[in-house]
Amino acid sequence: MNVVWLCVLVVGVATIAIKASGPLLAGGREVPQSTARVVDLLAPAVLAALVATQAFASDDDLVLDERAAGLLAAGIAIVLRAPLLVVVLVAAVTAALLRALA
Amino acid sequence: MTEGSYRDGIRAMMPLMPAIVAFGASFGVLARAAGIDALAAMVMSATTFAGSAQFAVVSVLGAGGTAAAAIGAAVLLNARYVPMAFAAAGAFRGGPLRRLLEAQLLVDESWALSSREGGFDRSVLVGAGGLLYVGWNAGTAAGVLAGDSLTDPATLGLDAAFPALFLALLAPMVRSDADRTPLAAAIVGAGIALFLTPVTPAGVPVIAATAACLLGFTRPRRPSPKRASAPRVQEARPGGAPRVQEARS
Repeated sequence: MNVVWLCVLVVGVATIAIKASGPLLAGGREVPQSTARVVDLLAPAVLAALVATQAFASDDDLVLDERAAGLLAAGIAIVLRAPLLVVVLVAAVTAALLRALA
Repeated sequence: MTEGSYRDGIRAMMPLMPAIVAFGASFGVLARAAGIDALAAMVMSATTFAGSAQFAVVSVLGAGGTAAAAIGAAVLLNARYVPMAFAAAGAFRGGPLRRLLEAQLLVDESWALSSREGGFDRSVLVGAGGLLYVGWNAGTAAGVLAGDSLTDPATLGLDAAFPALFLALLAPMVRSDADRTPLAAAIVGAGIALFLTPVTPAGVPVIAATAACLLGFTRPRRPSPKRASAPRVQEARPGGAPRVQEARS
């Protein structure tokens, strides 16, 4: 087997197992309330980390580029209560325009 | 609020589809450029179905790295799905095979769109994740077939669409004046991720950011004892419409 297919198979099987871990081992059960106080905070923590890394990380560096401007524009759209489609479009168009001008 | 439907998930996912298809296509193009054959790239999109890990494998192999380095980077990036899958576990129903298959539709976007106070909405997760799966694989197929005649998604600003989406999904979770802990968890999570980005391999910052949920131990216990009983009662969030309602339109 060549290197490419080895990677495709191992990463595929590992990812399927990772995603299935929770639903198979703990599926269908309600989370106890003591745990729920903590688990409820997983969504804001992970989302904020995804925002930070996808807007400011470039390989192993922190950078300020057109994505940051797009995120700022998106933040303004969110404060103005724009619908999700508008928020996403505002970010993409801002970044694209800045890149076109650069 | 009542349980969402598959259609709610599909509607909520629609705004992101152009970006998803374009990134699927760019994965296909980059995979071909890195010497990965078309079938392997398409099998990877169908089985791994996690963009960042797939791009990591392509970039490591394309730069002449070993299989071990490529697999290690990809598994590290996908390790965030362990806590995310356990958080969403209570929403899944049915036998082991059905849970295993539906769990494959768990990606960042479907997980975030289906997040509700006190749990996750299975139908929204499956609807949103299913549409994303179709778009990602169609994009990959287009990319491997079209080769490098496609436009770079960055030119269209599509790489800025994803942080904007995640910020839009985060906003209603942290707006409550009554409970400041979600806002604190978001700030601490982002801080951990930014702090670790220059010093750890990709993937580690987001996993480490999950530690911010430990702030939950400082919260008062919720007064409602409803959560022990199934079927689950979905509550509207204080100070906001239910999130799927906000996400559509």
